[in-house]
Amino acid sequence: MDNLLVAENIYKSFGNYTALNNVSINVPRASIFGLLGPNGAGKTTLLRIINQITMPDRGTIYLDNKPLQPNDIQYIGYLPEERGLYKSMRVGEQALYLAQLKGLSKAEAKQRLEYWFEKLEISGWWNKKIQELSKGMAQKVQFVITVLHKPKLLIFDEPFSGFDPVNARLIKREILQLKEEGATILFSTHRMESVEELCDYMALIHKSNKLLDGRVSDIKKEYKSNTFEVGMEAKNEPALLAELQQKFIVGNATFKSIHTDLKLRIQLQENESANHLLEFLINRAQINHFVEVIPSVNDIFIQTVTRDA
Amino acid sequence: MRNLKLIIRREYLARVRNKTFIIMTFLSPLILVGMFMLVGYLSMLNSSEQQIIGLYDETGIFSSDFKDGRQVQYLDFSSLSFEEALVKVREQEYYGLIYIPEKENGDVGQVQFFGLEPPGLGTVQSVEKTISDRLTKRELMKRGIDISEMEAAEVKVDVEIQNFSGQRTSKMSNYIKMIFGGIAGYLLMMFIIIYGNMVMRSVIEEKTNRIIEIIVSSVKPIHLMLGKVLGTSLAGLTQFSIWVILGAVLLWITSFTLGIDVLSTQKEQMEMMEQMAQSDLSLFLADVYNLPLLSLFVFFVIYFLGGYFLYSSIYAAIGAAVDSETDTQQFMFPVILPLMLGIYVGFFAVIENPHGTISTVFSMIPLTSPIVMLMRIPFGVPWYELLISLSLLLITNLGVIWLASKIYRVGILMYGKKATYKELFKWLKY
Repeated sequence: MDNLLVAENIYKSFGNYTALNNVSINVPRASIFGLLGPNGAGKTTLLRIINQITMPDRGTIYLDNKPLQPNDIQYIGYLPEERGLYKSMRVGEQALYLAQLKGLSKAEAKQRLEYWFEKLEISGWWNKKIQELSKGMAQKVQFVITVLHKPKLLIFDEPFSGFDPVNARLIKREILQLKEEGATILFSTHRMESVEELCDYMALIHKSNKLLDGRVSDIKKEYKSNTFEVGMEAKNEPALLAELQQKFIVGNATFKSIHTDLKLRIQLQENESANHLLEFLINRAQINHFVEVIPSVNDIFIQTVTRDA
Repeated sequence: MRNLKLIIRREYLARVRNKTFIIMTFLSPLILVGMFMLVGYLSMLNSSEQQIIGLYDETGIFSSDFKDGRQVQYLDFSSLSFEEALVKVREQEYYGLIYIPEKENGDVGQVQFFGLEPPGLGTVQSVEKTISDRLTKRELMKRGIDISEMEAAEVKVDVEIQNFSGQRTSKMSNYIKMIFGGIAGYLLMMFIIIYGNMVMRSVIEEKTNRIIEIIVSSVKPIHLMLGKVLGTSLAGLTQFSIWVILGAVLLWITSFTLGIDVLSTQKEQMEMMEQMAQSDLSLFLADVYNLPLLSLFVFFVIYFLGGYFLYSSIYAAIGAAVDSETDTQQFMFPVILPLMLGIYVGFFAVIENPHGTISTVFSMIPLTSPIVMLMRIPFGVPWYELLISLSLLLITNLGVIWLASKIYRVGILMYGKKATYKELFKWLKY
């Protein structure tokens, strides 16, 4: 597979504390990769290593199949979790400065900034000081600074945690558009719903170890337990229930339905398929609802983390 | 290198555009000049104030000895009764009354001074001297000694000071060297403290603003630290130059507006020096020009930079280790201590003996050498001592900057933690 970024067997410890223990991830080109884990799992440390802010004790990072070089920072855009700007500097001046640090020439930086400021409708803010801006405005400026040098790899550390809902939606839209344009996006979060919504791939880090990784849909397939939610009407409900309980593992289910019927959660054996259950039910009841239970990322997260504990 | 330049430029502009910087740059010379003018004005007031002292002399032999001066005027009340004289002095609010009683055998009794407040030390001394001189002369005459003969026989001794190469110097020489060295050392200390603090505050600002991680994803932390130290030092030099220029202009303006006064005092000084003998004046001027002024200036800049880089990188590390300025206290004392030590050693040991063991040792120790060596340079320091001192300073600088950058690198990414010395030590090993 064509990976833009590969982290291979990364170890990092701070004194006696191990922050990353043999962690490897592969981030495919032009995809959105979610790095999941509870607070303190080591996500930020991994992102800092990829940004060459901290050096790993062992292990190698490859960008475009080559070991990461100091100059590679110009191909990476990083929006850290703890982010801010110089309060007493003017917006335009500050953006120019940070863009030049990323290797852009002054003229080019200015041209691109004008494009982005127009796009996000913040052109009027060029000469304002950051301390005069609202937090949401400052966040927009930070986002522009992150993407300005058209990096191949965009790294967002907890991108939605600091943003207000309006800006969070805007950032989501921009992230998806950047992916369309060919950028690869790696972001860390402990909010599972954003992974569900955006990510093609994910990795789960817990207590400095990587517990699982891969394509989100593959992981979900792996974690589904051959369970179905069924809603139906039968003439003799107790008899049907008894019969079902004999053949399958049956539990109660709660879902919304316009019918006042029997709502069950039925888990099949591994060698049985959905058709098997349908065949059994079709002669005994009127089926109104039949859905395979697909685990949410949240379920997978909790299941993995608790299993590990 | 390109990034380092960008950082230096930003740091410089951030310092120079700061409102307090601008205000302080233009206000402090004004404050300084204002202070000098105030002190001058007050001392002028003080000296123009004339004290009137009453004299009640029962013996009648001293009235010609108490001569009126610029600051004091004597009024003879001996014709009145003592009580009347006392009342008069009190009613007129004179400074005091000197009472010289006469014993029955014609001797002078216990001299007394009456006043609202105890008289100044100078007044008492001059009164005592006047009376004692007259009495001594009277005693000498009584014993049949010719005073004019004695005065004629008095021999004045004036030691001429030369160094081994035969160069003559005035007695003021050491004093002048002391002043030049002292000013240079003190200035250096102030600069280190003020600009070191500026570096520290700027590091803390970047931490609390949370911009630090955005920047270090583009540049190496050590570049940021060096850029900050260099940019701030340029701001310091700018301020210093402005002060020098402003100082010169203000001095010119004040001497122009107070033209007559300045001239007259200069005249008085000239007269004083002429009294000190013509040769002393020329020697005095020669002393100033004989000072190694050029080398003093060159070494001032070198030690200035050496000391400033040493301390400001420590300040940068402290800034990185804390979250707010209030947390810096525990680290500040060990930084200020060697600076204070340098100043004390300079003002006590160097002045006493510029080439003694204490002065020499402290002008080698890198934490105190910039201050102590600067104070020693006007007295002449052998080149090999300068070489050792500067080499030690350079090596220490490299070591301290390296250690400070390690603490800095870890510290800037630590939020919400109050670092202890133990932790700082651990960070060195990350």
